[in-house]
Amino acid sequence: MSLYDVIFYLFALVTLVSAFMVVTTKNIVHAAFYLLFTFFGVAGIYALLGADFIAVVQLMVYVGGILVLILFGVMLTNKITNVQIRSGSTNLVAAAVVIGIFAGALLTMMLNTRWLVNPGKTLITTIPQIGSLLVKQYVLIFELLGILLLIALVGAASIARKEEREK
Amino acid sequence: MNVWQLILITLVKIIIIITILLLSVSYLVLFERKISAWAQNRYGPNRVGYWGLLQPFADVFKLLLKEDIVPEAANKFIHSLAPFIALFIAFSTYAVIPFGPQVKIFGEPIKLVVADVNIGVLYVLALTSLGVYGITLAGWSSGSKYSLLGGVRSSAQMISYEVSMGFSIAGVLLTAHSLRPIAIVNAQYGWMWNAILQPIGFITFTVAAFAETNRMPFDLPEAEPELVGGYHTEYSSMKFAGFFLAEYANMIIASAMIVTLYLGGWQIPYIDKLGLSMGLTTILQILAFVVKVGIMLFIFIWVRWTVPRFRYDQLMNLGWKVMFPLSLLNLIWAALLVMIFNL
Repeated sequence: MSLYDVIFYLFALVTLVSAFMVVTTKNIVHAAFYLLFTFFGVAGIYALLGADFIAVVQLMVYVGGILVLILFGVMLTNKITNVQIRSGSTNLVAAAVVIGIFAGALLTMMLNTRWLVNPGKTLITTIPQIGSLLVKQYVLIFELLGILLLIALVGAASIARKEEREK
Repeated sequence: MNVWQLILITLVKIIIIITILLLSVSYLVLFERKISAWAQNRYGPNRVGYWGLLQPFADVFKLLLKEDIVPEAANKFIHSLAPFIALFIAFSTYAVIPFGPQVKIFGEPIKLVVADVNIGVLYVLALTSLGVYGITLAGWSSGSKYSLLGGVRSSAQMISYEVSMGFSIAGVLLTAHSLRPIAIVNAQYGWMWNAILQPIGFITFTVAAFAETNRMPFDLPEAEPELVGGYHTEYSSMKFAGFFLAEYANMIIASAMIVTLYLGGWQIPYIDKLGLSMGLTTILQILAFVVKVGIMLFIFIWVRWTVPRFRYDQLMNLGWKVMFPLSLLNLIWAALLVMIFNL
């Protein structure tokens, strides 16, 4: 096993173990912390595959943005830390069927996609390609996603202001 | 060069940089006290060593010998973890900042930067966005309302000013055509410094850097008259010192980033016209970098002891209604520069 493989399995282990802990822990603050390690593990795997831009954006958006907002929600909610959240299992049969279908779809996709062979060995930055694809081939989807985010922002602001008007 | 050689060279670089950074952080504290003394017509520390030069060591020993108190209501584990997160992020950011051109030592070309990565600027942005964690977790885990308020203020402030910081950097990236710090410095050859090409971006980035490092006039997270000490109210001994060190290390990193992105890094205009030898040029260029960072640090301290603190609504208004439009304006300006002059 080469150094590359060792590092890959290390990141994979961190990701899987912490993801498992996120869904099984009973303390919501601890769940948020385990999520931090999951995001880090995924970022590490991206970096290992040579996707430098995606790896850093993963850190900036998920760890630096979304998880901070989750922690905000947890911290500003009174006495949430002492609540035991339920993490048992119900409806096992239905869940197994849905998960089976989902796993099957993922596996068919994995087997039918032509993957780039020998990734990560070339240290070429991916930013110029991503940039030109975003403003040439995928420009419509890119703009639509921007508008979608703007709508979400305006919606959030209007919901937040509503309570003030009622007073 | 094989893998082990590369690891060895990188380790040596890391040790040198950490040592220099730790020493300069402790002396920065002394200089802050000296400059504040000059600003207020006092002497400042002058009892430990000549001109107070041994004061940093006395301070560290004092803090080491103090009792470490953890409040009853605190979340013990996170309370201890938070200062380490703050320190770790402060010191690992320095990995991508180049402090000199490429040199040859024993025939091996060595770049004077720990990690020369393609996405260096993004790496710094990502780590600054992680910097929120140290302060937020410290504020939350202390179990005190002053700490919590400080932590919340700090996160809101850092998230708001990250926006204008990112847009100011985008202007620099446009003219440099790269996210690699060394390429950005090389693009500012001669007098083509970004501070001269994009003065608005320089100002917005510097102000955002002040806000990101929680320095006066943006130090609301630890506003003494309202919050006792803010997020570090419940910290004592070396844990408090950890936050203190991280704050000053962040100041050095912010200055180094300003110098790299806007003030030409290690560049000295027209030095290659003088016909000096390679070695002398390199030493002068490293010195130029150090001097530029020193001047920025002086400005950081100078502002702290001159400008009063903002009110919270003023801070948010400045961030979203002034800084953000200005940084967008700078981005358009930079795009025009690239389009018209083909920089």
